[in-house]
This record gives sequence, C-alpha cells and structure tokens, in this order.
Amino acid sequence: MEEELLEQILASYSGQRNELVPILQEVQENLGYLPEKVMQDIASFISVPESHVYSVASFYAQFRTLPLGKKRVAVCRGTACHIRGAPQVLHEIEESIHLKEGETSEDLEYTLETVACIGCCALAPCIRVNKDVTGDMTPEKARKLFNGNGNSGGRNRVE
Amino acid sequence: MGMEIVAEETGSNKRHVILVCQGTGCVSGGSEHIFSALKDALEISGNKEDILVKRTGCHGFCQQGPLTVIEPQGIFYTKVKREDIPGIIQSISSGGKPLERLLYHDTFTDKPILHYHDIPFYWKQQRTILRYCGSIDPEDINDYIEVGGYKALHKVISEMSPEEIISGVKESGLRGLGGAGFPTGRKWESCRNVPGDIKYVICNADEGDPGAFQDRSVMEGNPHSLIEGMIIAAYAIGAQQGFIYVRAEYPLAVGRLKIAIEQAREAGFLGNNILGRDFSFHIDIFQGAGAFVCGESTALVRSIEGKRGMPKPMPRPRTTEEGLWNKPTLLNNVKTFANIPLIIINGSEWFAQKGTEKSKGTAVFSLTGKVMNCGLIEVPMGETLRKIIFDIGGGVLGGKALKAVQTGGPSGGCLPAHMLDMPVDFDSLTKAGSIMGSGGLVVMDEDTCMVDIARYFLDFNQRESCGQCIPCRLGTRQMFEILDEITKGNGRPGDIDLLLELSYSIKQSSICGLGKTAPNPVVTTIRYFKNEYEAHIKDKRCPAGVCKMD
Repeated sequence: MEEELLEQILASYSGQRNELVPILQEVQENLGYLPEKVMQDIASFISVPESHVYSVASFYAQFRTLPLGKKRVAVCRGTACHIRGAPQVLHEIEESIHLKEGETSEDLEYTLETVACIGCCALAPCIRVNKDVTGDMTPEKARKLFNGNGNSGGRNRVE
Repeated sequence: MGMEIVAEETGSNKRHVILVCQGTGCVSGGSEHIFSALKDALEISGNKEDILVKRTGCHGFCQQGPLTVIEPQGIFYTKVKREDIPGIIQSISSGGKPLERLLYHDTFTDKPILHYHDIPFYWKQQRTILRYCGSIDPEDINDYIEVGGYKALHKVISEMSPEEIISGVKESGLRGLGGAGFPTGRKWESCRNVPGDIKYVICNADEGDPGAFQDRSVMEGNPHSLIEGMIIAAYAIGAQQGFIYVRAEYPLAVGRLKIAIEQAREAGFLGNNILGRDFSFHIDIFQGAGAFVCGESTALVRSIEGKRGMPKPMPRPRTTEEGLWNKPTLLNNVKTFANIPLIIINGSEWFAQKGTEKSKGTAVFSLTGKVMNCGLIEVPMGETLRKIIFDIGGGVLGGKALKAVQTGGPSGGCLPAHMLDMPVDFDSLTKAGSIMGSGGLVVMDEDTCMVDIARYFLDFNQRESCGQCIPCRLGTRQMFEILDEITKGNGRPGDIDLLLELSYSIKQSSICGLGKTAPNPVVTTIRYFKNEYEAHIKDKRCPAGVCKMD
C-alpha cells in the first residue's frame, strides 16, 4: 500500500534533486510519517545517496521517522504563550494523557509535541489538535479537554 | 471587466455588508462556521438581496475574535457566536439598535464603542500595509482590483523603465522589513546590475520568530499585495521566476496564496507576456519544513535547492550575486513587497514623509503578552513604545506594572520600562541592544521573570542552531545550561561574567546571523535586569515568583 501510494505521489514529480522537500512533505501528509523504505525509494528516484534524504529529513522539524498518533496535540511554546502560562498547560496535558513532550502512545491514539509558534499569539496560550487551534488555554481547560481520554500508559519516542 | 460588473460581483450594490474575519485567530474561535451559518440564515430569512456576507482576512484585533463588521456603518462586533446570528440580522434588516452585548468596551471607561474607527486600538494606528486586511475578500482578486490593486503593475509596465522603478524605491527610503533593515532600492539595484539572463525573486515568508504573526496576516488578508510587489520587483531586476517561501505551519496562508496566484495568472498579471508585454514571470510556493535558521537568506536558498538549510560560511558572495542555483537572487520580506505597489502609486515622497530620518514608512507589530489589547498593529516608524503599549495596547493586563518589552524575538532583547519613550525604529532598537526583527513586540509585567525569559530564548536558539559552526552549536547550549541551573537555584558566583564572556565569543565567531544574535536576550537582560540574576544566584530567590527553587 505504501509503495502504491509512493508511486502515485512520485508520478507528479520529475526526479530533480530540488524536489526532495516537497516530496517528503507530500509523503508525510499521506502516510503520517516517513518510513525507512520510502526514504530509500525517494533517494533512488531523485538520484541522491540515501544518507542525503535522511540528512534532510532529520534537519527539519516537520519530518517524522516514526508513526504519529491519530490525535496530534501540539502545545505552542511561543514567547507570548510562554509568559501566559504555556508551561503549566503542557504539564497538565502531560499528566492527563500520560505522555511527555515528543512521545506517542503505544495505541497510536495520541502524540504530544511542542511547536515554536502557531502565530495565534493574541489568544495565548494556545494549543493545536491536528488542525484545530484552541486559544486562551488554562490548565483547567486542558484537564477538561483531555479528561478520560488518557492512554493506558504505554509510550514511544517520536524522534 | 467593467466596473459595473465588478461592483455587482463584490456586492457593493447591496445595502449592507457583513464582514466576517477569517484570519487564523478568528477561525480558531469558529468564524468559519459563523460565516456559513450567516449565509444560510440570510437565505432562510429572505434578506440575501439586501445583505451580503463577505469573508475577510485578519482585522488585527484577534483577542476580541471572532470579529464581524457591519458596513457601511462600521459597526464592530466582538466575540460573535452562532447564537448571535438571528439578532445581528434582525438589527440590520429592521434598522434597529445594534446589539450592545457584542460591542467592544473601552479598557479604561468600560463604555461600549459602536464603530471600529472610534476604538483607540484602531484610530491610534496608521494602517497602510494592513489597510485592506479585514475589508477585502482575500480569495477574490476583484476585491483587490476594486481598491486599486494591480494599478501599480499597469503603471510600471506601461510607463516606467526598470531604472526609474529602482530609483523610486531608493528615494522612498524603504528598508527591508524582515528585520535587518537593508535599503531595499540598493538591493534591487545591485541585483539588476549583476550580469546574467536568469534571475530569481524570492519572498521570505518564513516567519519563524515565536511571538510574531504579521507576515501571516498579510498573506491571509491581502495576498495580492505582496504578489504585485514581487511582479514589479521581477520586472525591475529582470527575473522570470519567483518563489514564496512560506512556513508549512501556516496552512491558511498557503491556501490563500495558491488561490491568489491562480487568479493573478488567469487575469494576465502572472505567466507569459504579462499584460501583453514582452515580460514573463511565474511564482511557485515553497513550503518551509520548520527550521528557524531558514529565515537567513543563504539557508533559505539551500532549502529550496533540496538541501539541509544551513547558512553558507563567510566570506561568500551576496545572494543578490550568487543565490538560488548560483544565480542572482532578490530576497525580500512579505511586508517589503507589500509596500512596493503603494510606493509606485502614491510616490516616493508620500512614503518618505512617514517615519524618522533613517527609518521610513510604517512598522507592523504583533503586540502580545501581558497587554490589554493583543493583536496586529501598524504605526509610523519612530513611534514610542509608550504610545504603542498604552494608547493602542490599552496598558498592561490586570493593572500590573510594566517590567519590560521584548522586541525582535530570539535574536532581539528585552528593554526595561524606563526606556518607554524611546522611538521604535531600526537604529534606536539596535543601539539599545535589541533589534527590530520581524516585528514581534511582547509585553512583560512584574510577574515575568527575566532570567526565565533569557533561559526560554536560549533554549529556543540552541534547539534551532543548525549545528554547523561550533560557537553557536556548543556555545548556546552552554549558555542554556548555565541559565537553567540559575533558574533552579543552582547558580554560582561568576555565572554572570561567564555568560557575558560566552556571549562575546559566540557573537564574534558564529558564521551567520542566528549565532551572532543568539546571545542578545541574555546580554540585554543582564544589562537591564542584573538585580534579578543576582537574586537568583546569591539569595536563591526568584523575585517574580516564576522559578521553582528547590
């Protein structure tokens, strides 16, 4: 299934070296992460060493080499969020879903990460769950939002 | 297309227009649902002949969102919910009283204010680049054309030579609004003068500073303004291909830019033989994959080439000489490009009237942190911090005392309250140890710990260091660890001097702007708030009560 999908994606590219980042983005958009085999296939498609693909994938914060949870919870750690209580919100979410920053639950339900800035600074502190942003967060709101949704305790590192 | 058709399509023949903000801030409050629910409600209530609902970009006052404005009166509704929709329609169609509970209440008098142009947050600004963000539909090119969009492009192509354009930009005094403030006209001129048939124009929209969202708002609210600026730049320097390098974290901006580029192409403003002339220019979007250092020009270029985004070591040719694929490349910020059509239409003198002697025009800031009115603002260069924070921002949240203002993000610094009357322009900020940067302005009150803030920024900088040069990779890490220990109550005598010594070495020996400015948050907090460091180190006490000392 991965191979078919990759083939479909690559069909719209010409195999130039500069297409690497957009290819990785599209693959990750569809698969949720970048499996090793897929990165090897991309390397041969654009005729670069596998190490080059990995070096680019590991450089940019966007790329993941392990599968992510269905719900990707991103806590903004921008300046405005930081001084308006983002660390406390992060702590509360960590407690509620039993994950530390950068971890994914074993049942692939949740991934918890932090992001540099969502750009919703006027609504600080804010979090993003998949594509939805919620502003004016408080530890209490976080607890309500994730209450009873915790995972069983198993976890994996994302990176 | 005749003006009448334009008028009909944009609905200006209708008696009332409800503008619904669809910036990222308001969308997070559900404004997309309000937009569609309003349309449905007008359909059902039979008012759609009289009332038009229009999607707009960011109004700037995100904190009060979701925002709607009722035109032509300019009635400003805040924190609108779905339940409010019948009442809003009823009050418009019956010509009755506006809904007072949705009005903005003044932060000092607590009185309701009916019109947005009477709210101090708005009338004390000078919105130039942001003028149409919030009143035009960013997904409809006709809205932009109706307010004079693409007139500047017509003008340069039919009346002006590339040299005339460049000298106009030079005379205006416009400086790069990405933060460094390099004179734009000079950059254009040097790029034009480099021999070569293939040249590139890149719009730097990799707004990576935490606490800044002004570029995002321009892209979401008036994407054609920067596209028009880019086309004019391409015509002036002789480029055929352009890229907008925008963060992938800004999906709404990416979507609007894609629509805008497609519409500009259909209208003949982009593509081959633009406006029937021997001039062709194409724009592609490149989505940055999340690396702060890619705001640096050589790193950004390498990123588009499909490499790790690491800056080229000095000495190196300028990007204007050897940029993308080693071709001459012009790189400017979103707001710099958005200013170009305005300068062409209104003239260089018009632009040069605003601002200070050496910093012309306006500055757009994301005003955030512990301030009453958070949002996106635009003021003439040289405005004082006092006016920005107290007149426009409505003062510090909860009546607390102002402690500091942070400008320039992780490369900038923290300025103390006693410097409030300092004019905000490129040179004054640099002199005070900070930078203009991309325009984040974070207000900090007595409950903010300055050592914690320094630790926070060094944590950011050491995470974002590309790792290529040792002073930045290891130096910022060392600084972070020292600061971390201080905030935990493990500071040692001599730590302050050690931090300053490290700062000096990192500034001197790093190869790019990220490293050279990375110590700024530490240097300025030590310069202006040394007593807080001493309290942490000597007394094992955090005066603001933020750091947990065990």
